Amino acid sequence: MKTNRLVLFGVVAIVIAIFPAFVPSYVSFEFTYVAAYAIAILGLIVLTGKNGQISLGHGAFLAIGGYTVAILATKAGVPFWIGIPLAGIVSGIIGIGIGLVALRLEGVYLALATFAMAVSVPSLLKRFTDLTGGSGGLVLDPVTPPSWLPIDSERFFYYVAWAIAGVLIVFTAVLLEGRVGRALRAIRDNEVAASSFGVNPYFYKTLAFSWSAVYAGIAGALAAIPTAFVSPDTYNFNLSVTVLIGAVLGGLESLWGALLGALVIEFLPLWAQKINAAAPSVVYGVALIAVMLTMPGGIAGGLIRLFHRREPKADARAVGPVVAVPVQHSSE
Amino acid sequence: MVKSTKTAVGIAALAAFALSTVAVTPVRADDGVTPTEIVIGGTDPFSGPASAYSSIGKGSAAYFQYVNDHGGVNGRKITYKNLDDSYSPPQTVQLTRQLVEDDKVFAIFGSLGTGPNTAIRPYLNQKGVPQLFIASGASKWGNEVAQYPWTIGWEPDYESEAVIYARNILKEKPNSKIAIIYQNDDFGNDYLRGLTRGLGSHASMIVKQASYEVTDPDVSSQIASLKASGADTLMIFATPKFAIQSMVATAQQGWKPQIYLSNVSISEAIMHAATKVGGADATNGIISTQFVKDPGDPKNANDPGYKLYKEIMDKYIPTGTLSDGNYLVGMAFAYTMVDVLQRCGKDVTRANVMKMADSLNEVNPFAYPGILVSTSATNHFPMTSAALVRYDNGRFIPTGALIDARAIIKAEK
Repeated sequence: MKTNRLVLFGVVAIVIAIFPAFVPSYVSFEFTYVAAYAIAILGLIVLTGKNGQISLGHGAFLAIGGYTVAILATKAGVPFWIGIPLAGIVSGIIGIGIGLVALRLEGVYLALATFAMAVSVPSLLKRFTDLTGGSGGLVLDPVTPPSWLPIDSERFFYYVAWAIAGVLIVFTAVLLEGRVGRALRAIRDNEVAASSFGVNPYFYKTLAFSWSAVYAGIAGALAAIPTAFVSPDTYNFNLSVTVLIGAVLGGLESLWGALLGALVIEFLPLWAQKINAAAPSVVYGVALIAVMLTMPGGIAGGLIRLFHRREPKADARAVGPVVAVPVQHSSE
Repeated sequence: MVKSTKTAVGIAALAAFALSTVAVTPVRADDGVTPTEIVIGGTDPFSGPASAYSSIGKGSAAYFQYVNDHGGVNGRKITYKNLDDSYSPPQTVQLTRQLVEDDKVFAIFGSLGTGPNTAIRPYLNQKGVPQLFIASGASKWGNEVAQYPWTIGWEPDYESEAVIYARNILKEKPNSKIAIIYQNDDFGNDYLRGLTRGLGSHASMIVKQASYEVTDPDVSSQIASLKASGADTLMIFATPKFAIQSMVATAQQGWKPQIYLSNVSISEAIMHAATKVGGADATNGIISTQFVKDPGDPKNANDPGYKLYKEIMDKYIPTGTLSDGNYLVGMAFAYTMVDVLQRCGKDVTRANVMKMADSLNEVNPFAYPGILVSTSATNHFPMTSAALVRYDNGRFIPTGALIDARAIIKAEK
């Protein structure tokens, strides 16, 4: 099983690495957003999938990340490779603060509190006009590849984004495999039992929250740089919902869900417009319902189930209902 | 795990080097033009918070269909690819790149919104793709022409509109005490700047100003504080929802100033809503501007422009509300686009289209009578004039001659 995963990871990494050679640069550009979304969803898999905390407000952390990198670049001329990690750090610190509040809230109450966070962000961004550019937003200079690299800027930033995504996916997989992952899942499944075994729920829940905030902050930065523009319109409530939809559709149980979910939220709206230009949201909605009905564990869950069916020896544990906290934790 | 990661990174690096041979294909100067077709693209918010404005794009599409059904432009049919960006700038950026690089559109036309257009402006100017007749009245499309020569707006900008109000106040009631409610963003600030500019040395006539956020639930406390200032003139520089609230709150608080209302908020539906809640006193006597023909005005019934509008609506948008002025605005944009393509003759290239867009002197059948759509290479304000109108029991009535705001601004310089 473990070798299979490594092989799969290697194959996907190769595909991602050679992909831009075969497609026009605007496709690389779109896949840069897939990398950003995948990182944001990865954070939600840690928070919601592994730790059972629901956030309707991760768009706020994307905003923090995007604005951090934009403000640093426009006001202080900080290059993106410093701006991106700083975006993660700033977002993570704010995530700790909100995570401490989140400790006192559970289930729908936490969802509501994070909802409020997402709703308030656009108007907050308009308040500090000197810093944020107000409703007009901030225009960034486009990223230029170093002169010794003979690729265009779209492909260059594609590699930057996917390199970061790759590192974060491996890092997340390693951490979730070990003690931290076990503690998170134990708290999700039964907090009382977990703490009686010496797992500190306060520590791990706050950790999960700020961990996912770091990822969302990095994702926000990675999405803001190719757009080369941030504004309050960018970070409306829809964004938070979109990211959560991506996590649920992709699958909250497996890290592959991050990739699949990111592909869905990037391309499903475009695809829906091509199917029916008059009512894209209807096509979008029907597609969402269809996936949830046929694959309640998300696309990754559905694929895993398919794979297990072919291999009856493998433990075919059901992938639990999504969003509602799964009672049983499945194998990685 | 670590080893395989190293391998993966190694492969990625190799692939990156392999890419070094991939040449960057430049966009050809005449993408999107064949002997039988001209493909143009744009984005509109068909979903999301600003979806009410999407009738502008629908109006444009209907006009292009009409032109195609009447032989097209110099034998070429216009294909208009209009995509939904939900008013989200990153969406606009991705869709616009897709339109330019995949759909190979010739030009971007009529994309809606200040933020979305700001986001795509550097890209289009760098690629040399015309960004024509933007559906936004921000003054920057005209003010920043030197930096972004491929970008051009259409409607009178908010700054100009406010200059017109300022001149009207100075002429009619030079001793007014002015209070302002405005939206705290680029939109509202354009108006503020224009009003101050138009008042010039009389800017001290402004006794109080109050702002609101688009997320505010209500503006009645702002209106109360403006009333307390003792002002006798109220400028409402607001989008529809807040414009209605402002009119109603003013009436309900028993305040009777002369109201000036931003042009984006004067549609029939808005005025009727304000009258219904606030009474006839809330709306009667309000002054605003118009730059297109009012499709709700029965006096326009025999006007050729209105007849054309009605014919196109009946045939291509039979379910649309005739009095929704946004359809007509969209057709007006499209008329100018077709005009530009027509004047290109056989030489339909991006450079030539910009040349034609930079030398407009057009009588648009949908525009307010007497307003010309005119431009030059240094003037990217196609519409600089508007007519003052006054609301009188259910209808805006013209009150006088056209005022050319940019001429006033120019004269001051």
